Amino acid sequence: MMATNHLFKYVLSLGDDSLIIAQRLSEWAYKAPYLEEDIALSNISLDMFGRANMFLEYAAVIKGNNSIADDLAFKRSEREFTNRLIYEQPNGDFAKTMARQFFLDAYNKLFLEQLINSADSQLSAIAQKSIKETNYHIRHSSSWILRLGDGTSASHMKVQSAINDIWTFTGELFEMTENEKEMEKKKIGVDYPGLKSNWDKIVNDIFKEATLSRPKDEHMKIGGRQGIHTEHLGHMLSDMQYLQRAYPDAKW
Amino acid sequence: MSNNYEDIFQEKVDEGNKIEPKDWMPEKYRSHLIRQISQHAHSEIIGMQPEGNWITRAPSLRAKMVLIAKVQDEAGHGLYLYSACETLGIARDELIQQLHKGNAKYSNIFNYPTLSWADIGAIGWLVDGAAIVNQQSLRGTSYGPYSRAMKRICKEESFHQRQGYEIMSKMANGTFEQQEMAQDALDRWWWPSIMMFGPHDSESSHLSNAVKWKIKRHSNDELRQLFVDRTVKQADLIGLSMPDPDLKWNPKKKHYDFGEINWDEFWEVINGNGFCNKERINNHVKSHEEGKWVRDAVLAYANKRKNGVIDD
Amino acid sequence: MTNKGMYPWEVFIQSKTGAHFQHAGCVHAVDKEMALQNARDLYTRRQEGTCIWVVKAEHIVSSNPEDAESFFDPANDKVYRYPTFFKVSKKAKDL
Repeated sequence: MMATNHLFKYVLSLGDDSLIIAQRLSEWAYKAPYLEEDIALSNISLDMFGRANMFLEYAAVIKGNNSIADDLAFKRSEREFTNRLIYEQPNGDFAKTMARQFFLDAYNKLFLEQLINSADSQLSAIAQKSIKETNYHIRHSSSWILRLGDGTSASHMKVQSAINDIWTFTGELFEMTENEKEMEKKKIGVDYPGLKSNWDKIVNDIFKEATLSRPKDEHMKIGGRQGIHTEHLGHMLSDMQYLQRAYPDAKW
Repeated sequence: MSNNYEDIFQEKVDEGNKIEPKDWMPEKYRSHLIRQISQHAHSEIIGMQPEGNWITRAPSLRAKMVLIAKVQDEAGHGLYLYSACETLGIARDELIQQLHKGNAKYSNIFNYPTLSWADIGAIGWLVDGAAIVNQQSLRGTSYGPYSRAMKRICKEESFHQRQGYEIMSKMANGTFEQQEMAQDALDRWWWPSIMMFGPHDSESSHLSNAVKWKIKRHSNDELRQLFVDRTVKQADLIGLSMPDPDLKWNPKKKHYDFGEINWDEFWEVINGNGFCNKERINNHVKSHEEGKWVRDAVLAYANKRKNGVIDD
Repeated sequence: MTNKGMYPWEVFIQSKTGAHFQHAGCVHAVDKEMALQNARDLYTRRQEGTCIWVVKAEHIVSSNPEDAESFFDPANDKVYRYPTFFKVSKKAKDL
């Protein structure tokens, strides 16, 4: 059914976004600047895996054929993943991770506040469950932008540089594919461009307080929803999917 | 009642009362505890590495989440223990320096590499299993903050062993390759796990004071025997076998007899020549140094604002 | 050597509305916002507490042990022997 396929694509993209950022955050285990932050980052990673699981389980149900969330996570190839490019960027140093996380947390808060009103009850329920933790996420990452931006001159430089580098991937958050436009018309999906002005406000306010500059708008990189990824995704998948690919008959 | 501080202290210990941070304590009691608690804390933190090694490659979403939670628990346990240790008048920074310089040790077991996913099962089942035996015993330790930390840790530990055993069980009942992988992991982790209980009682230099002061409530050999007895039965249940030809049920003693531990290997690893000793410490040093600019920024930001920090 | 600027904060958790606040343990932090975040991450991982209090450890006032003799400094009402509590001359080494 065409409609089912549209919905499947939509839900899958949300699952992919959550999955890829969760995987990136999990790479920080035992490497954080101090123990308390190690725990904080893994909490956020766990929240995002939980969210990915909810979206992917729903996508699997829509797909049918006894499909499960793990099939979608571990058996699709690079060109079949539909996450936006910002999620798959390497963690880099703590500044780079926090800059990315701040942009995403602000975005996800606004996104979920809209998704709660989805005509699709399952998506609405997932948004409901995710909002509380997202409020914590934005509090955590915006605190870090403040501390790093208005900390030492070294931290200021690092976080400004991180912001400048990742800026080119932020535009894609506000793009809509044809499918997403369809979903929005049906009141199932969210109006992504509509989130931008509130996102700008959150970002600009924190930047001001953190004495950071907003980069000039530049050419934005897009392609994730079409499966056109940066070279980073392939490496992530070969690591993540290794066991399931190496032992296709095994159950874990 | 004696006026002698030492007598009053010993009386408290003998009666099973807890010693709290502000109580008088022999200097040797204090230094013994600092050594023991900090090494316990370091073990939790270093232990994050061999397991953290497989987080990105965990073979299912559920397995991945469970493993992340487990590794996170270890960070948390390290924190509880560093905090308990600090009540004795030493700062976390200094404890970390001791670890980095090699002046403080951590449990040998974490100097072994995790070579396959089955190792994650083996660690949860055997290493956490051994740790649980030890930690349950330590809930009765005489020093209040240590005892309370151990109770909290024990509560959180139960899911760790179950996680590991579940992995091993699934694999032991899975494909031929999974069974081989599981048996191979058990073969490599069994002996190091029983070495976790330390030298034989007859060889342990710290033992007598530790017992007198009720820091240690059961002997190394006692705890080791308990662990062996429990674990052999668990292995039987899932069809795996222990790599010990001398392992045999002793109907008279009602315990398992087992073979002699390779003490050469034990001392080699303790003395820094294990497979991963250097790597574990280097990783810890690296993360600590790479994080310095972040900690500096945190401090600078707070100083600019005096947010809740009152001038001393 | 001390943690530059990182202080111990004692954490108290109220597990559900109306319940008593219970001492859970300690976190290191440099200010109250960080102390709250760290406390939330470390001590409410298994179940959500409804409320968290954090208090800088040095602000807790404790009674002395019950025994007749004061074994330690009788004027010391600090909870722990944290080295950061003691002011020392900058010239003092190896402390």
